[in-house]
Amino acid sequence: MTDLLSPQLNLETEVPDWLQARRLAGRATWDNSSLPTRKTEDWKYTSLFPLQQDFTAAPVSDASATELGLDLPELSGSRLVFVNGHWREDLSTLTSDAALEVVRFSEADDEQSALISEHLGTTVPSAKHLFAMLNDAALTDGVFLRVRANSKAQHPVQLVWHNSHSENTFISNQRLLVLAEHHSEASLVEHFSGSDNAFTNGVTELVLGPGARLNHSRLHLESPQALHIGGLHARLDRDATLESFHLALGGKLKRIDIVINHEGAGAHCQLDGIYLLRGNEHVDYHTCIEHAVPHCTTDETFRGIIGDKARAVFNGRIHIHPDAQKTRAELSNKNLLTSASAEVNTKPELEIYADDVQCAHGATVAQLDDAMLHYLRTRGISEEEALVLLSYGFINALVETQALDSLRDYLKPLLADYFGATAGAAAEQCANLTRHIGA
Amino acid sequence: MLSIKDLHAEVDGKTILKGLSLEINAGEVHAIMGPNGSGKSTLGHVLSGRPGYEITGGSVEFMGKDIFEMETEERAHLGLFLAFQYPVEIPGVSNMEFLKAAVDAVRESRDEEAFDTVSFMRKAREACTAVDLDQAFLKRGVNEGFSGGEKKRNELMQMMLLEPKLCILDETDSGLDIDALQVVANGVNTMRAEDRAFLLVTHYQRLLDYIKPDFVHVLADGRIVKSGDKTLALELEEKGYGWLEDEVA
Repeated sequence: MTDLLSPQLNLETEVPDWLQARRLAGRATWDNSSLPTRKTEDWKYTSLFPLQQDFTAAPVSDASATELGLDLPELSGSRLVFVNGHWREDLSTLTSDAALEVVRFSEADDEQSALISEHLGTTVPSAKHLFAMLNDAALTDGVFLRVRANSKAQHPVQLVWHNSHSENTFISNQRLLVLAEHHSEASLVEHFSGSDNAFTNGVTELVLGPGARLNHSRLHLESPQALHIGGLHARLDRDATLESFHLALGGKLKRIDIVINHEGAGAHCQLDGIYLLRGNEHVDYHTCIEHAVPHCTTDETFRGIIGDKARAVFNGRIHIHPDAQKTRAELSNKNLLTSASAEVNTKPELEIYADDVQCAHGATVAQLDDAMLHYLRTRGISEEEALVLLSYGFINALVETQALDSLRDYLKPLLADYFGATAGAAAEQCANLTRHIGA
Repeated sequence: MLSIKDLHAEVDGKTILKGLSLEINAGEVHAIMGPNGSGKSTLGHVLSGRPGYEITGGSVEFMGKDIFEMETEERAHLGLFLAFQYPVEIPGVSNMEFLKAAVDAVRESRDEEAFDTVSFMRKAREACTAVDLDQAFLKRGVNEGFSGGEKKRNELMQMMLLEPKLCILDETDSGLDIDALQVVANGVNTMRAEDRAFLLVTHYQRLLDYIKPDFVHVLADGRIVKSGDKTLALELEEKGYGWLEDEVA
């Protein structure tokens, strides 16, 4: 098996005992497993071949924000920046907020350590998510975000994981644990960006207590050849609400597993996602919503635009357990192919074992509508601009429903530029093609 | 302004236009009437450059230029406007984005300065009022969930903002109630000008009660079989298309 773990074990880092125990358990599972192949149903359309290479440990970088090319949304509140998985205090801003505790595992006090060790890994069933075990095995540090009970965070928290350019391809390990205590409210933005020569193995865990409300966004804005295997695992206690927004611009191999567990009655999850691929990129979203208890609701919408020779995979599973009566769950996945060689494999899976539920799911794959294109052109709009308007229009609704204004303001021009550049336009012309978006 | 000579066109291998000729000069209003399947809508689609329509013979000059040498958007830049019989719904693209993109593109092609956002918004709102459409429609997706009448008013609003030279209205009157029909007619009548021409494609005579055409043509089996003044429309209304087909035969 490709050696993905040992490069990460060279780090001479002292870790607390509770963390060491988790590392060893992860390592034991990892060492006794083999990488999934295309014969494994969950990996049928995604090859791990790009991981067949030599990786080094993540180098420490002291490059400035400018040198790194950091382009981040201007959100108020704390911003934690990691470069190549290493904490960068100089690039981070920590603002105090009575509702929040944000701390790295390595800096956690006794009470925090106890909470981390109580909750870390509880959202991830070990055998099923092998890369989460690799993440455990290589764990030296992570971020713990605690939202205190009955309180509301004033500002969103932003976590940035950026990989710098490096001679050798390296692995960086990312870990986040969010504990939203009962009846707390907070917003959180995860931002991934950077180099082609990096493989990020990321795990984010969200634990929502009774009545907690969390607005979460996970932005994958890495460069086109980046490697990322990541998981978002959430547990929702009764009456908790999770809004989770996902955006992935392509990568050579990007696989994101999103697992939401409804564990308390009355929990609600709104899960939205956009994936945009071109060139030879490959993005694979696997989502799984577990309805284990009654009266929970799920609204899931993913939209993708796939061009050139890119390949997208979407697998959306909703599993309604026998006791989960009165569940309402809806899943929609729509795909737009902008080239004849582009490909998408989409599979919504509903598994229902309760009899009193409302469920709907649907998936579509279509090409750009000739009638729309022609209509725009009869009004004098160039074919290039029409393509940009229609592509943006395809995903617009998901951006507009974003709760954070500041994030919307960041994403709109970013996505407009993406479509402008996809239309093959030089920078100057690109601005011309995108200027009417949001008019 | 528009000179169509012996135009032949086919769709899916089926010949629809079979030698259509028509001359339209600036300032004139022409009406083309004809039974279902005579090729009325095909004419509009062919002139707009819709994919799937193949020109198999004849020529069309617009503003002195060969129309078939131009892309669809270039025809629009030159002043050709087609109000669609079935306007297309485009969810996700707001009407305002669409209108501004269209007006900017057309003005740019004429080397005219683009409107700034504020003055364009004002113009768009005025146009909305002129076609009796609520301003909320500017924020909605293009034609998304609009009723039939609202779509037609939206077409008219685009026509007002784009200020074309030749306006082709493809059955814009179909499906409209009398109030909406008057709104459309008022819009057209207000826009009538010495340097602008109209081609009204219609199935019914009633539109011509409100917009007085200079010429009325009857299209049957892909050709114009009879031309006259507005009294021809009344005659058609009274006698139907049957007598013409007999006469031609």
